Formats: sequence, C-alpha cells, structure tokens
Amino acid sequence: MIRFILLQNRQGKTRLAKYYIPLEESEKHKVEFEFRTHKVIYRRYAGLFFSLCVDITDNELAYLESIHLFVEILDHFFSNVCELDLVFNFHKVYLILDEFILAGELQETSKRAIIERMGELEKLE
Amino acid sequence: MALSGMRGLSVFISDIRNCQNKEQERLRVDKELGNIRTRFKNEKGLTPYEKKKYVWKMLYIYMLGYDVDFGHMEAVSLISAPKYPEKQVGYIVTSSLLNENHDFLRLAINTVRNDIIGRNETFQCLALTMVGNIGGREFAESLSPDVQKLLISSSCRPLVRKKAALCLLRLFRKNPDVVNVDGWSDRMSQLLDERDVGVLTSSMSLLVALVANNHDAYWSCLPKCVKVLERMARNQDIPQEYTYYGIPSPWLQVKTMRVIQYFPTIEDPSTRRALFEVLQRILMGTDVVKNVNKNNASHAVLFEALALVMHLDAEKEMMSQCVALLGKFVAVREPNIRYLGLENMTRMLMVTDVQDIIKRHQAQIITSLKDPDISIRRRALDLLYGMCDVSNAKDIVEELLQYLSSADFAMREELSLKAAILAEKFAPDLSWQVESHLMHTKSFNVGWFNCVNNRYVDVILQLIDKAGDFVSDDIWFRVVQFVTNNEDLQPYAAVKAREYIDKPAIHETMVKVLSVFGHWRLWKQVSAYILGEYSHLLARRPGCSPKEIFSIIHEKLPTVSTSTIPILLSTYAKILMHTQPSDPELQNQIWTIFHKYESSIDAEIQQRAVEYFALSRKGAALMDIMAEMPKFPERQSALIKKAEDTEADTAEHSATKLRAQQQNSNALVVTDQRPTNGTPPVSQLGLVKVPSMSNVDHSSGDQGATQANGILTIVDPQPPEPSADLLGDLLSPLAIEGPPGATAQADYNLAPGAKGVSNAEEALAIAPVGQQTNTVQPIGDIAERFNALCLKDSGVLYEDPYIQIGIKAEWRAHHGRLVLFLGNKNTAPLVSVQALILSPSHLKMELSLVPETIPPRAQVQCPLEVINLRPSREAAVLDFSYKFGTQMIDVKLRLPAVLNKFFQAITVSAEEFFPQWRSLSGPPLKLQEVVRGVRPISLVEMANLFNSFRLIVCPGLDPNANNLVASTTFYSESTRAMLCLIRVETDPADRTQLRMTVASGDPTLSYEFKEFVKEQLVSIPTISGAPSPAPPQTQPTIASTSLSDPGAMLAGLLH
Repeated sequence: MIRFILLQNRQGKTRLAKYYIPLEESEKHKVEFEFRTHKVIYRRYAGLFFSLCVDITDNELAYLESIHLFVEILDHFFSNVCELDLVFNFHKVYLILDEFILAGELQETSKRAIIERMGELEKLE
Repeated sequence: MALSGMRGLSVFISDIRNCQNKEQERLRVDKELGNIRTRFKNEKGLTPYEKKKYVWKMLYIYMLGYDVDFGHMEAVSLISAPKYPEKQVGYIVTSSLLNENHDFLRLAINTVRNDIIGRNETFQCLALTMVGNIGGREFAESLSPDVQKLLISSSCRPLVRKKAALCLLRLFRKNPDVVNVDGWSDRMSQLLDERDVGVLTSSMSLLVALVANNHDAYWSCLPKCVKVLERMARNQDIPQEYTYYGIPSPWLQVKTMRVIQYFPTIEDPSTRRALFEVLQRILMGTDVVKNVNKNNASHAVLFEALALVMHLDAEKEMMSQCVALLGKFVAVREPNIRYLGLENMTRMLMVTDVQDIIKRHQAQIITSLKDPDISIRRRALDLLYGMCDVSNAKDIVEELLQYLSSADFAMREELSLKAAILAEKFAPDLSWQVESHLMHTKSFNVGWFNCVNNRYVDVILQLIDKAGDFVSDDIWFRVVQFVTNNEDLQPYAAVKAREYIDKPAIHETMVKVLSVFGHWRLWKQVSAYILGEYSHLLARRPGCSPKEIFSIIHEKLPTVSTSTIPILLSTYAKILMHTQPSDPELQNQIWTIFHKYESSIDAEIQQRAVEYFALSRKGAALMDIMAEMPKFPERQSALIKKAEDTEADTAEHSATKLRAQQQNSNALVVTDQRPTNGTPPVSQLGLVKVPSMSNVDHSSGDQGATQANGILTIVDPQPPEPSADLLGDLLSPLAIEGPPGATAQADYNLAPGAKGVSNAEEALAIAPVGQQTNTVQPIGDIAERFNALCLKDSGVLYEDPYIQIGIKAEWRAHHGRLVLFLGNKNTAPLVSVQALILSPSHLKMELSLVPETIPPRAQVQCPLEVINLRPSREAAVLDFSYKFGTQMIDVKLRLPAVLNKFFQAITVSAEEFFPQWRSLSGPPLKLQEVVRGVRPISLVEMANLFNSFRLIVCPGLDPNANNLVASTTFYSESTRAMLCLIRVETDPADRTQLRMTVASGDPTLSYEFKEFVKEQLVSIPTISGAPSPAPPQTQPTIASTSLSDPGAMLAGLLH
C-alpha cells in the first residue's frame, strides 16, 4: 500500500503531502524515513518531484505509472498544469487525490471518471 | 483558475511565495498563525466562510512544514457544518492535520456515522474518504457494518461503493479483530463479477488483505480472479477509459495476480490451465517499446506475472522461458527494467533447476556491477552473491575482489562482507590455484598440510588490504575464528601474515589480523613436535626470528588506534613467551613497552600492560596462561547473521512472509551454514569486556555493576529473539532506494525522499540537540529520562531497539565519576560506536575510550570523569553514534552532570544561619525575585523536591509557616565548598506565585542557584521519578540511597 505521497519542487517546498499511516508530527517534516520495509518511488516532472512511499514488496513499475496517471489527471483538470496551479489550488489537488487514492490504494484509474467527478463537486461549491 | 472566491487565501499564498528567504517566510507564517489564533479565540464573530478560509490557511501552513498546534477543534467542527463547502473543508483538513490517534476525532464519530448512513451521496463520499484515510479503532467499532452495507448495496452508485470498499480495507487492516468478515467470501466472489472497473479495482485491493489474512476462506474467489485476468489480458474486454497506453488497466491486472499469489497453490486443473494460458500470453506478448509509459505499464504486468509463475512452481520449460526473458532485461539499457531484471533473477534463484540457466548470464550480470546506477550495482552484487556455488565461486570471488578497489564507498562494506562470506563458504573450491602453485614451486610439502583453505586466507587478506576502512570488525573477528579452528590453515596464515606486514602502508585492521596470526607462526616454531618439517622450513627463511617479527610489528604501533594497542601488547607477550631460549635484549625491549603503557589512560591497555608485565616475570607459569587460543565453539558466522534479511511491517503481514521467501535469496543460500547446535553467539576475543551470559542473571559479583546489569536486562522490553529478527535486516539495498524514475541519470540523486544512507548520514551530522533526525525511535522519553537522572544517580539515559545506555554516577565534592553502560540489545554487533562529550566550559570531562564495536548482547562500561570548575546550569551533551548494519544512528543526549549534583546536603542551625544570612546583604550575593507561574504544590511537596536536590529544608528557622528555608553546600573548583541559603515565601491564597531569596558568597553562584531553583519550581521534572525523599529533618546519605536499594532503583527505572 501507499504510505504517503509527497510532491515537492526543486527547492524542497512541499506542494502536496498526504499520509496514509499515522506518523508523529516530527516525522512528517523530515525526509529521512524508516525505509527499511518501504521504498520510495519517485518521478520528476519539470521542477516537481512526485514521490510515493510503498511497501517493499509492492510492484514498482505499477506505482511509477500511477504517478504518471496522477499527473495526467492534474494536467487534464488544470488544462496544462504548472506548479503555480498546484500552489494556488492546493485544496483542489487534495480533492483530486482523494478521488484517486484512498486508504493507500488506487481507487479509480479512469481519467474521465475522476474529471467528471470533479465537475460534479465544483457545481456544489 | 479562480479560487472559489477565497481572496484572503490567495493573497496569503502570494505573500508566502514572495518571501525572499526562509526567515521572512517564517515571520509571515507566524503573523498569519497569530491572526488565525486571535480570530478563533473569538469564534462568535466568525462566519462559516471565514472559518473555512482560516482552516485552509492552516492546512497550507502545515503543508509547508510548520507546526500547527491549534485550531484542530475548528477543523473538526466544520465536519458537522450543514452545507457542503464547509463540510468538505472540515473533512479534508481534518484528515490531513490529524491522525488516527487524535482525541478530537472521537468527537466527530457521530456526525461521520450520520453522514455515512444518510441519504446525501456527497456527504457519504466525504465521510468514507476520511474514515478510509485516518479511521482508527473506534471508527472500526462503530462504522464497519454500515460501510459493509454500502459496499454491497445495489442502490448506491459505483462512486460510493468503491470508496466503501477501500474504507473497509482500511478498517480491516487496522483492526482485523473488530471488523467482522464472516461470510464475506461469497460477497467478495460476487464483487469480482462487478462490471465497473473502479469498484473492481478497489474490491481487489480489499481482497488482497482478506486473502492475506486467511486464504482458506476465499478459495471460491480464485477462479473469479483468473476470469478477471482472462477478461483483461485475453479478451481486452474493458472500457476504453480503463486502458492505459493501450494496456487494460495494468493496476487491476497486477492486483489480481497479487491476490492469486496469496493462495499456496492452485488445485483445480482447469483453473490452473486457464491461468497459465494467460500468463504465457503475458510473458510472450511483452516487448520493449519506445514509449516509456507503455513500457513501464506492460513490464509492471510482466514482472508480476513472473512472480506468479515462480510462485506457482511452473514446469521447467516455462521457468526457462522466464529466465531467458530476464536475461534479456538484464542486458537492456533502460535502468528500471534492468534493475527489475536483476532483482527478479535473484528471486528466481529460489526455484530449483534454473540456476544453470541463470549462470549463462553471469558475464552480463558482472557487467552490471559497473552500471552508473548504484541501485543496479547493488542488485547485481546481490545476485552474484546468491548465484555463487561450487562451480563459479572462484570466478565470482575473484570478480568481487577486483571490483573492490574501484567500487564506490557506499558499497564497499557490503561488498567486503559478501566476499568474506563467500570466501569462507566456498573455501575448498577456491583452492586449485594454490595447489597447482605449490605443486610447481615445491617450496612447501603439499602432502603435509591441507592447503585447501589457503585460498580463503588469501582472499580475506586481500580483502582487508583493499577495502581497509570498509571491512567491519566482524570480518576480522571471523577470520581469526576461522583460522583458529582450522589448524591446517595456521602455518599458511602465518607465512602470509609475514608477507603482508612487510608492506610499507597497511591498514590498521590488517595490523590486528596480522598480529593475531603472528601467534601461530611463533607458536608453530616452538612446537616442533607438531610441526616438524614446517618449522624447519620456516627457520631457514630470513626475517623470521622472534626479534625480527617483533620489530616489524612494533613499527606499526605508532600508527594504530587505541583499540588495536591491546592486541599488539598481547602479541608481544606471546612473542616473549615463545622466545626460547629467552633473549634478554628482546625481553627488556618488551618490558619497557609494558612499563610505558602501565600508566595509559585507557583502562584496557593499562590492565594488559600491568598484567603482562607481571606475568612475564613469572617465567614458566606464563606458558599456561599465554597458551594458544582455544578453538572457538562452532557457531553461526556473525557475518552471515549480519547479511541475513528480515522483513516486517508491510500492509499484509502474512503476505510478507510468503513473499519474503521469494524476496531475496540470501537467507536460503546461507542457511546450510548454520550449525545445528544452538550456541548463542557470544563475542570473540577479549577486546571489550563482555559480561558472560550467566552474568546477566545478576547473582553475584560486584554489586553495583551487577545490579545495573540486571536491571538493564529487565527493562529491555523485547525478548531477544524477535528483536533480532526484526532488526536483522539492514543490508537490503531495496529498503533504501526505489528504482529511479524515467528521468535522466544526472537527476537521479536529487530527489527528496529517496536518499541513500550516505545522505542520511550527512543530514544527521548537523542535527541540533533535541531535534534528532534519526530513523530509529528511542524507547521512552529522552527528556523524561534525563530529568529523572537529575534527581537520582543511576538509571537509563537512553534506549532504542538496538542499544541501551545506562548511567551510574558518584559525586564527591566537585568531582564526579559517571559510568556509561552501553548495552547492545541485539544478536548482531553495533559498529562504528562513537561517543563524544560536548562539555560546557565550566565542566572538565574526560571519557575513557569507547570501543568501536559492541559485540552482540554485550555491555561495555565507559567511565567518565567530571570536574566542576564553576557554578553553571548548562548541561554537557553526549554525542553518541553507532552503526547497525548500514544504518547510522546518532543521538545527542544531555548528561545529568547538572548543578545540583555538586550540592552536598547540610543542615544548619539557627545560630549558624542568621549571621550568615545577614552578612550577605543585597545583590550580587543575595538575590530576590518574585516568581510567577509556579506549578502549585504544597509546602511539603516543595520540601521534598528540595530535598531531592540535596537542598535541605531547615524546619523551624522561619516563624512563618508558609515560608521555607533551606541550605546546601555547593562544590566547584573556583568556589570551593560554599554555603548556599534560600528562603521561599509562599502565598497560601495563590500557590502559583512566590518570593524567593537566595544567598551565597559568590555572585555567579547566587545567580545560577536562584535560576536553578526557579526552573525546578516552574516546570517540575517528573517528581514521581525521584527516589522517595527523606523526611525534612534527616540528612539523606549522599548519592547512595537509590543505589543500595535495588527495588527503588528498579521502580525508578521502570517509571
């Protein structure tokens, strides 16, 4: 399962952080984690690093591609996403993430389903 | 994109973005937090919109890495807002700011439940999402039946059901005992017929957890899973939106194959056949293509299929196909695929019959040792290590040795460890070269000694020569052990040792080994009745007289560290013993050296020097005492122990066990090396003082030390075996780094969150006190332990899963003697142990040498001398670091050598007190202060508190019953013994404030004393941890009350 997802830019500023396991506050803010039974899978898009911490036995490539799928969804939603979109709409990013990953597992892998759902939610606001 | 009208939030984010530096950013954040705090305090005037805005801001600040320690209540309260916009914010922010253990969450349970069972689909989704992300035990108890209902409800949209599936997964994973899944096999089986791929994907994740927990209940799901796979892989019967670069949902395929791997086997022939057909299709139908995403996705599926094939023990033909495929991947340029190819090939080693096919790729694997990517090099090393057997041991060990000189530092230790293990394991197979060499040179009588293991010695000596610093102590311990136990090996080892020691620059570890080997050489020379021809051969060799050997070894002495000196001293003693007839000149030379070290500051060196000196004068008696090292009991190689991998704590525990068998071959490759008798691994060689195993039950011996020993054992919360298992794994490089992204190599190491060990070490080096960045969690609260130790003189200073540091102190006037007890809790050694004392200027501290290695389950005692120069409240810090496997742990611990330790209790009478009190008039000798914010305690408690600092309350001196007068003597070099007096006037109406007057003959002391008492009163350190204070009248005996009473000490420790 996914332990946490972290999105940071090249300067190390966090743009998104979500933890699916309880961590002490002090642990959350530092990057050196107990990696012994976990691994970090990450991918860089321009200046942004997307990292997933997953179990050691998990399928690496599948999670690597789930990062890409998430990026595609963001790209679609913000039409040509850039870091600034994520900064000023961080709350939207959290919403999208909640439709994509839940309880540390992939919930929905259809881009269309997620984008449509976001449309529904925006109407409610 | 518009920000739903939250202008304030946008402005704040812009402000943060415009900050030039971290300092500015912090100021802006603090300002905002202050603002939010004020607004929240006066909640009445807050509109729902404002509340929402502030809670978002809090989340943003929190995300940036700042502590947000208020406003949680406001976030939680938004959950019960009637309208969606506020409710949504409440749910999202709560699930990010709080975790499952937070008390406030309990307040929301009812609202959450109402949302889940209510009719509003949007609210249902919000509630399920939050519970799925942070729901704890209480949520499981009150909500799981409702969530289960939603998952199988026919009236809910897929949207709700997929969330319900994962929400249930969370609750089940966290509390399998609470969530009732009886009869769920049929429901899961039905869910697998689901047409909506979103629901199917989520349900499949749930199924993984259920099957991992108890596969027997879910056999009916197995054929359904194969159907799902067929549907995707064969028929491609899946909506377009669920294909990813043309591949039917790779994630669902992977998950489904994962479920199947939790079943031990597939009995039903038709299911098995159908599955193999699908797998065959996947294996054959995957090509390396240009598009990275497509490539990754298809290989994700392929590697999962490979794992499944291995799990199912397919026919040899299919296995060979798999190996062939993997061989192809190992040769591929794309790093991710290459990495996984190596990793999976390592797993393949577990499958019988394919080793030979794997060996065909040996050359290619060796090439991967030179890959630019360290993860790949590590995998290649693992694989080579795993595939090493009789037939290829020679080549592989040669290759590893050769690689050692060019390998980068991060890998050398692991590399040398693995090479050492292989050299030992395959010692007989490394030998042909030596044999033939000997045949030709005829310089040795081959028929006389068995040269089979000589190659082992060569390899290890080469290893130490090349890898130097990276050779852990375990390796040389093991070499010595191995050679001691193999008599045949000893002469050769001695000769080789002689060759190596001639080298101008040799590594210290080499000196250690060589000096130990030296014993045999000399011993052999004198033991003619065993060696006969051999000693004869040696005697003819030049440069082998005892004297020459001595001078060669002695040359190295100035270059070695204190831990090696004792070994050299032993060697000298042995040389001396073996010199028959005795050589007076040599004897004098060696005695001079012993004499010199008799006053060494290091206790170990000093003791050896004194003892050897005395012994060597005893003549014949020396022979018995200094006899050859006895054979070591056969035991598992500490190296193998070190290399063994263990796994723990993944989402599916039983799954871990299952997978662990396929995970890494290390464990299995080496198990046959384990001796059958279960001798506990005790340390070898008398380098450090190791309490023998029987000593741990503290029945006899030095009372103080034994007590501490026993208590340390009792406090240890983990039984030895599990802890060893849990902590054993450190070599798995996978644990440290994931595969690189598809980005350029240059960016590879830049990613946050994927730091290698070396980076972590660097980061650790700059960690300030109290903000440790260790990956190891200390057991117990460090600050609390320190506070307790300020009041008593023995107890535990620090503990984590690997080590326990106990402390015992004695104080006499301005001198103190602390003993640090460093106890290794594991069955593996702790290495690179370092202790540094950062002492404030007022303390002079000297720590005796701390050994670099603490052997398994051993305790090392390190005395620390303290001299107090001046009064000061600053505390000294112990910077303690060690390495367990590849993990570097560094802690900074305050040492309880604090002001009050230099107090000595004294009771003064009225006649003594008043003249003194009056003579010290006004500042700077007499200081007065009104202290507010005192923790309210009764006068009796305060008197007890003072007494625990050896600040003795003098009853009856002050006529006012609300006042307290106390005195003590303070010792330091500058002040000598100096009387300190204090008077505290309390206000019975308001216990939180008091007036305090202190007096002494030294201005600094008066000030420091006043501040010290104030600190104690304002925040009283765990008073219950103090030893039971003496009644105010009696004078407590100094420092020893708690020591002599094991019960009290234990209570204190366990507190």
